[in-house]
Amino acid sequence: MTRGLMTVLKGSLKSVRDFTALEGINAEELAALIDLAETLKDVLERPIKKVPTLRGKAIANVFFEPSTRTRNSFELAAKYMSADVINFQSSGSSVEKGETLWDTARNLAAMAIDAVVIRHQVAGVPGLLADLLDVPVINAGDGMHEHPTQGLLDLLTVKAHYGRIGGLQVAIVGDVLHSRVARSDLWGFTKMGAAVRLVGPPNLLPSELEAPMTSNLEDGIRGCDVIQVLRLQHERQTSGAVPSMREYRERFGVTRERLEKWAPDALVMHPGPQNRGVEIDSEVLDGPQSAVLSQVQYGVAVRMAVLYRLLGGTHDI
Amino acid sequence: MAEAEILDHDGMRRALMRIAHEIVERNHGASQLMLVGIRSRGVPLAWRIQHNIKLIEEVTVPVEILDIGLYRDDWFQRPFNPVKSSDISATVNHRVVVLVDDVLFTGRTIRAAMDALSDYGRPLAIQLAVLVDRGHRELPIRADFVGKNIPTSRNEKVLVRVKEVDGEDRVLLSRPLE
Repeated sequence: MTRGLMTVLKGSLKSVRDFTALEGINAEELAALIDLAETLKDVLERPIKKVPTLRGKAIANVFFEPSTRTRNSFELAAKYMSADVINFQSSGSSVEKGETLWDTARNLAAMAIDAVVIRHQVAGVPGLLADLLDVPVINAGDGMHEHPTQGLLDLLTVKAHYGRIGGLQVAIVGDVLHSRVARSDLWGFTKMGAAVRLVGPPNLLPSELEAPMTSNLEDGIRGCDVIQVLRLQHERQTSGAVPSMREYRERFGVTRERLEKWAPDALVMHPGPQNRGVEIDSEVLDGPQSAVLSQVQYGVAVRMAVLYRLLGGTHDI
Repeated sequence: MAEAEILDHDGMRRALMRIAHEIVERNHGASQLMLVGIRSRGVPLAWRIQHNIKLIEEVTVPVEILDIGLYRDDWFQRPFNPVKSSDISATVNHRVVVLVDDVLFTGRTIRAAMDALSDYGRPLAIQLAVLVDRGHRELPIRADFVGKNIPTSRNEKVLVRVKEVDGEDRVLLSRPLE
């Protein structure tokens, strides 16, 4: 049996080795990670934002897709805990000369790296790498599969705001089909006892996901406690599901007027980067209901928690 | 496990009162003091010392809370241990910080606590108060204020029980049966 699968199956506090998905993680482990992140958030508010916990550990950020927020967030999280970080980007690297993922990974491992953070355009690559490498592997987003640390930071943002997650109504709005964030959020919030509904154009709501779905924005967000607005991934729109940005905005854009009418108390989140004036208006993004900058701040804390969790403690079961 | 009582409720109360007196005497009053309890049992002990100093000097010394989980030198050799929050809201600069812990053993916890404190600022001085000093130091660290010195062997355990956490005030020495 592969190790990634074992992690999923056992999922107990002591056996966590990799962090590649929220789907297989158990609720107890998830709650422990959120609590840990809440504690580590304090480090970011100290005069000296550095603890010696990961001193002498080296972490590789391996990114096969563009990223600003996630890569910087992982880098800062590692540095605040005194780890050394190398950033590997596929452009300008030996990948362009035809090196396979496996060889890249083996070479990194040979440089005595203690953990690998990977983003890849193909779903399942982090899980595969976790099976191949002896060091912990953290998924920073794989294709349309998952983005588990984003899911975790969304959970922490909601917990910090409401003091709880269980019992809340969460609407995920937009291009769910192409969104790894939507999938991680769906698993995460559901496990923590929230009710999740998916809202978007019919062609962008994958029927295999188990959640109530609607293509009517009003039905979707009315009375919600949390609205997660997804980025319209225009680079991935090939099916013609969205005729034009303007039309998308008319049916699904989260505007101030709609928010005031249908969900005046909801916390509004967006994983970024945002298309202002398409899926979300500037007035909302910069308004009082917006939690987007809290999300970014908590992002660093949850990544610290994941690194601590995976690199800390013995893994003997 | 065979257990012997080292301090009972009254013994503990007297020891903490004496420590409070010694702290005040050594520092010529309590105006510059700050007590920092090390999680978990150092925290209620720090509150007791705060209470006692209030009785002696009529000054309420601030009590802050320190978790040293992120500063341990052996954390990767131990089973996963969730970190709890530290709560140091007042500045430690220009203060005489008295670290408070239940048992002084190898000294590694105190080493970690001093590292953690220096990330919050630069205290005027750091002093150490412990309820029990059981010996076996692995670092050049000693306590300024000691409730009770107990000679122990390494395989014995010193159990400090406090009302706030354990429902009773007692110190026990337990040794494994042959």
